[in-house]
Amino acid sequence: MNKQVIAEKPANNKVKSMVSIGASSCGIAAGAEEVYKTFADEIKKAGLDVELKKCGCLGMCSAEPLVEVAIPGKPSVIYGKVTKEIAARITADHLVKGLVLKENVFEINKGKQLKIVLRNCGVIDPESIDEYISREGYDALNKAITQMTPEAAIEELKKSGLRGRGGAGFPTWMKWSLTRASKGEIKYIICNGDEGDPGAYMDRSVLEGDPHSVLEGLIIGGFCAGASQGFFYIRAEYPLAIDRIQKAIDQAYARGFLGKNILGSKFSFDVEIRLGAGAFVCGEETSLIASIEGESGRPRQRPPYPSERGLWGKPTMINNVETLANIPVIFLRGGDWFAEIGTEKSKGTKVFAVTGKVKDSGLVEVPMGTTIREIVFDICGGIAGKKKIKAVQTGGPSGGVIPENHLDTPVDYDNLQKLGSIMGSGGMIVMDETDCMVDISKFYLGFCVDESCGKCAPCKIGGYQMLKILEKISEGKGQLSDLELLKNLCQTMQKTSFCGLGQTASNPVLSTLRYFESEYKEHIEEKKCRSHKCSGLLNYRIVEEKCKLCGLCQKNCPTEAVEGSRDKGYKIIKSKCIKCGRCYDVCRFDAVHKG
Amino acid sequence: MKKEVSTGNIEKIIEKWKGKKGSLIMALHELQHLYGYIPQKGAEKMSTALRIPLSQIYEVITFYNLFKLKEPGKNTIAVCMGTACYLKGAPELLNELKVLLKVEEGGTTKDGLFNLDVVRCLGCCGLAPVMTINGEIFGKLKKGEIKDILAKYKKKEQK
Repeated sequence: MNKQVIAEKPANNKVKSMVSIGASSCGIAAGAEEVYKTFADEIKKAGLDVELKKCGCLGMCSAEPLVEVAIPGKPSVIYGKVTKEIAARITADHLVKGLVLKENVFEINKGKQLKIVLRNCGVIDPESIDEYISREGYDALNKAITQMTPEAAIEELKKSGLRGRGGAGFPTWMKWSLTRASKGEIKYIICNGDEGDPGAYMDRSVLEGDPHSVLEGLIIGGFCAGASQGFFYIRAEYPLAIDRIQKAIDQAYARGFLGKNILGSKFSFDVEIRLGAGAFVCGEETSLIASIEGESGRPRQRPPYPSERGLWGKPTMINNVETLANIPVIFLRGGDWFAEIGTEKSKGTKVFAVTGKVKDSGLVEVPMGTTIREIVFDICGGIAGKKKIKAVQTGGPSGGVIPENHLDTPVDYDNLQKLGSIMGSGGMIVMDETDCMVDISKFYLGFCVDESCGKCAPCKIGGYQMLKILEKISEGKGQLSDLELLKNLCQTMQKTSFCGLGQTASNPVLSTLRYFESEYKEHIEEKKCRSHKCSGLLNYRIVEEKCKLCGLCQKNCPTEAVEGSRDKGYKIIKSKCIKCGRCYDVCRFDAVHKG
Repeated sequence: MKKEVSTGNIEKIIEKWKGKKGSLIMALHELQHLYGYIPQKGAEKMSTALRIPLSQIYEVITFYNLFKLKEPGKNTIAVCMGTACYLKGAPELLNELKVLLKVEEGGTTKDGLFNLDVVRCLGCCGLAPVMTINGEIFGKLKKGEIKDILAKYKKKEQK
């Protein structure tokens, strides 16, 4: 079977033209709602019979709002950065006269992508169960429940080789099998939608763009593990995702995919939503369980693992959003089909949220084994502006940086681990030469220190002390011996922290030290930050030859550090300067020197 | 305009979640949604109705970043400090806001008009750097645009 088939949109063989607007959170933030209203008004005014709908994320978030126009019998066209005016023009020219507005067309580079998890995102209206069903929705559930035993279903999953999205990539079938084997009448399954990585949003996009596929995966998981109750644990910061999952749950109940005796079988299953409340540690499975139980999200001792004793002491299975979205496809196409995609030990695809200094930031889904360079340059158009790429960070605060000379590494669990990073969250942050590695490691570590739950000393104290050392280095007050101390602290935290947060919090520090030690040394020995990011090492002065005596710098300085007058000239008093850079920003003559 | 904390509203929330296992966090979410923060009266009522010690309720409230104990300002500004926003200049935006509003992170301006919060990630990294005011998103924001955006909100107030 041709693997591309799943990624392709069905040709518009309907008699009606169709306009779909990407209306996930990112699209709405860019103005998708206004564009939708304009289309509704214009289509009405022109008296056209057009199907207008909102769908999920089309992938290229930097070009939002994205609009897809499909006229019967013609290939569909995607427009980017659509405004109200452009929407009106699209209606008048494209929908009425059939003329494509070439200058507004956005080419989405699908070349190296293969959409399995994102198969329906941007294609269907996420709030319509009928549209999901029309794309083979709930067929996998039907197949599993009516034609397979739970054991056979788990065997199928084993064939697929699907692994969880955590750093270790634990085989999904094994988790399901262990939970199934655990003794107990009551078992639970939880979808982990607590996407805490600050810089990743693919879970949000899948929950918003294709909620039913995650729900279907959850129900199949419940059937295989012998669970009677499922929970969606979703970040409260994702209101639209919560809303759409709730709608999907209600619709599934109404159609008999949830509730008592699903599809006429003996299997009964209920699902509820529980909200996170802004704690990164709640992505760790035992903390997540504590949070659903209504307590503070502090991790618990493992073993016993949740598959044995989890939520309220009962066997519990926890899978990530992306893992569950894969499940229906595996059961529809078969485990063998899935196992053909990817590399020897990492099967299927991976969704990345590519952001940072990249030209076309957005959601990308590629087969495992695609290189980082292909993702950043071939799919996302490379670096924005004329700067050079310096590194790519993957896996969020638990991940690490990968320097430019390793970008040709094929992405899979083992390779990323070898490089000192993890697959993890799927955040992929592109950094250019203006980004300082000391600053980056300080940022990530600061995040983990803030988010540490305080239960164990290595994480609570070690993280804080490391942050203090990094702050010292970024202010030019570090010593060379600090680097050794940092490495020691990193290793201690890795080995002795209680949970995954503390064990991995030092990864960004370790990996920047591993690949960019010279930059640390520069901060320590030369008191210099080559990227001009560490404000403590910056000095501002006014270049007399360039100064036109306009006084803007003095007017804008918040601490009265600019002394002088229009006739005498200006200078910056170091002791008063807080290095905020306002003088540098407002000067129109390039007369403020920073360095 | 301070919203009066009414017993009826709190009881409605408690009624909905009573008897459900582990419902404290969900009930707190609903309470905060109603008032913008967790009023003491609400926490006390929950403690009695759900039979959870008040100390435990406050332990949960203070553990999670999202729950607030003080009534926020009239307009809540949230600067996203996710990685993509950070790299693209969010710290400068935050400094600018601090200077313009004369307020620190998490604080409320003297006139009670603005609250300045920092959030972890709003999930629209494609539009970095991002700030929201009362949930309205301002993407690809430049430092120079902030003054005018704030002025609009101040103007609304004067009307």
